[in-house]
Amino acid sequence: MTQAAIQHSPIYIHTYQTHNDHVHHNPISSMAASSAISSSSSPFITQKDAGVSPLFAHPSKSIKICQKKVSTKIVSVMTPQQSERKPSATGSVKTGMTMTEKIFSRASEKLRLSPGENVWVNVDVLMTHDVCGPGSIGIFKKEFGNDAKVWDREKVVIIPDHYIFTTDERANRNVDIIREFSHEQGIKYFYDIKDLSNFKANPDYKGVCHVALAQEGHCRPGEVLLGTDSHTCTAGAFGQFATGIGNTDAGFVLGTGKALLKVPPTLRFVLDGEMPDYLLAKDLILQIIGEISVSGATYKAMEFVGSTIESLTMEERMTLCNMVVEAGGKNGIVPADATTFKYLKNKTSVPYEPVYSDDQARFLAEYRIDVSKLDPLVAKPHSPDNRASARECKDVKIDRVYIGSCTGGKTEDFLAAAKVLLASGEKVKVPTFLVPATQKVWMDIYTLPVPGSGGKTCSQIFEAAGCDTPTSPSCGACLGGPKDTYARINEPQVCVSTTNRNFPGRMGHKDGQIYLASPYTAAASALTGFVTDPRDFLR
Amino acid sequence: MSTAASLANTTTFSSSLSRRQQAPASISTFNVFNSTAQRSFKPLISQSIVVPNPTVSRHASIVAQATFDSSPSGSATSFHGACYVVRDNIDTDQIIPAEYLTLVPSKPDEYKKLGSYALIGLPESYETRFVEPGEYQSKYSIIIAGDNFGCGSSREHAPVALGAAGVAAVVAESYARIFFRNSVATGEIYPLESEVRVCDECKTGDVVTIELEKSLLINHTTGKEYTLKPIGDAGPVIEAGGIFAYARKSGMIAALAT
Repeated sequence: MTQAAIQHSPIYIHTYQTHNDHVHHNPISSMAASSAISSSSSPFITQKDAGVSPLFAHPSKSIKICQKKVSTKIVSVMTPQQSERKPSATGSVKTGMTMTEKIFSRASEKLRLSPGENVWVNVDVLMTHDVCGPGSIGIFKKEFGNDAKVWDREKVVIIPDHYIFTTDERANRNVDIIREFSHEQGIKYFYDIKDLSNFKANPDYKGVCHVALAQEGHCRPGEVLLGTDSHTCTAGAFGQFATGIGNTDAGFVLGTGKALLKVPPTLRFVLDGEMPDYLLAKDLILQIIGEISVSGATYKAMEFVGSTIESLTMEERMTLCNMVVEAGGKNGIVPADATTFKYLKNKTSVPYEPVYSDDQARFLAEYRIDVSKLDPLVAKPHSPDNRASARECKDVKIDRVYIGSCTGGKTEDFLAAAKVLLASGEKVKVPTFLVPATQKVWMDIYTLPVPGSGGKTCSQIFEAAGCDTPTSPSCGACLGGPKDTYARINEPQVCVSTTNRNFPGRMGHKDGQIYLASPYTAAASALTGFVTDPRDFLR
Repeated sequence: MSTAASLANTTTFSSSLSRRQQAPASISTFNVFNSTAQRSFKPLISQSIVVPNPTVSRHASIVAQATFDSSPSGSATSFHGACYVVRDNIDTDQIIPAEYLTLVPSKPDEYKKLGSYALIGLPESYETRFVEPGEYQSKYSIIIAGDNFGCGSSREHAPVALGAAGVAAVVAESYARIFFRNSVATGEIYPLESEVRVCDECKTGDVVTIELEKSLLINHTTGKEYTLKPIGDAGPVIEAGGIFAYARKSGMIAALAT
């Protein structure tokens, strides 16, 4: 690997050569995205040789990550020997498996399996909400009979969250449908809402499903969690396999507790370096999606390890895993550690057994990123991989800011936004909408003191800055929704948003321009009325 | 064009699809399909020689030799009609915007409405509308797409809306996984992959035929032919008639009581 070549390839990658005849070359992706790994393939190719060489003499300098899209040429560089990983939890594993493979192995009761195999897995938790619940229930009844019972009434979690605070009759009816079903089936975890005029009058109501799942202790290391929502991958933050499925698959799981899934190969992302105080997990995942594109992880697992990952809180890990689907990823996953166990304490009484990737586990590719070299980012309209630095976009005038959703509406997201507003002391220049993900987040906004503020709460800081009053917790306008949804984009406006997708029409109007960003960047942008790097306020 | 549309929608035409599931005898509120409904995903009966490698992938070379099934529901061996061409990364919000997700696909009248909104989220740069205002079905029964078709949400409403609008098959360069999975699970559309960027060589309105057994896409308007990739792992599930039928076949779940 020449010095010149290194300058053009800012991310260290090594790829596995496969025997697959149909290697799928995605012109956008920067890697050969084959969807199967032959178990007899040689593990590495490098430009130097075809053999395994763990002590390849690569200088361990940090290379600044280039902000440009990586070219379609793959530049392979052997990574330094991996740091020691915890031993496999199962003990019966004979060859190296990734943690995702181990979860599949346990869930399918197969001692060994390889990426590409289709296996029936036992599902630990199935989640559905008001948008996909009725359809899933319809299929369940049609296929198993009107009087059929779900496979386990304690493993189905039904969370109304998408179209709640609306006068749309069908949306309201859909909540009634899932209520009726929950009562009929004796569903243990149904987070009901009846009084739409006052969310606080509904003690069971939680809000955004992915945040609620975590807060209510339904996410556990080593388990299989499926949900009728693409951002179900959020739960991978807990070291479990979690992915989104459709109504028909969900109907099947409701009746059998099983799903037919293909074992995904794993892309490993090693993030090292101390997290700068102007960066958040949202910046990390935008960096990665921009690197590998919206289809770079299709049918693959994305595993996140490294010292930076270990330093992240659970909510930050959730943000990271939340957007793997935006890279086409099947699931995101972070090894469980002390942070995880501490979070789970008092949240769940169900025993769990974490799994960890073996030292000799086989990864499709490994990316190493030095986070200290990264900048606050945005994803420009109209794609989550349309990456640019916030600084590059400083001349983009905006009309509004939206802080909310499973991606950017958690307690820590609001604390982050408040931090920037506090540092500025000024008022926002554009309408700034605050949509807490859950009741608990809403409470935290009104009760938790913001560090360095002399005891002020987020809500006080938001009010002083002229933001809109935090609204009822739900998915809100992240996906547009019925026309009367709070903060929906109904005109061709420019919005900086802490949400997860910015395809045309995502938040309502087809010509709305959505810049995806971290809560820091969103708050900074609100203060100036332009897309703004939060370092302008945080340093 | 209207001829093509009617051809795609009648049960008599050899390339049409009929409902893969028969409605159970007991009609409930959630009963899906009208017994006179036109289309469903027919099980493709094929002699498959599966590569004896446990790590078979979607792109592995499964040699499928279709034999003709003369069962009452017939079997889909080809699709024919006018095509509608879209570009890369057509996400589920463009296929069926979120505001229409209050429609429940398992309710027949709402299923029909979903069809009227199929691809309504496409930007104005797409000058030809997929479904004319006031219509429930499209005159285009085949969609030709670029990369990563169906990315975004897991909403099953996406392939359902396309199917409800009369789409028989999609030929894309590649798919997002949940959309592909949902297409196979619902049987609403047959998801095929091309070897090359057919979206660059076909135009909306071209008349095309898809020959499944030959894995061929024929554009009659341009006279060009394109090889399609074998269906891969989804084959056995599609063959059986969807995930439920597949599971019943293997004895995993009980036969549907009728």
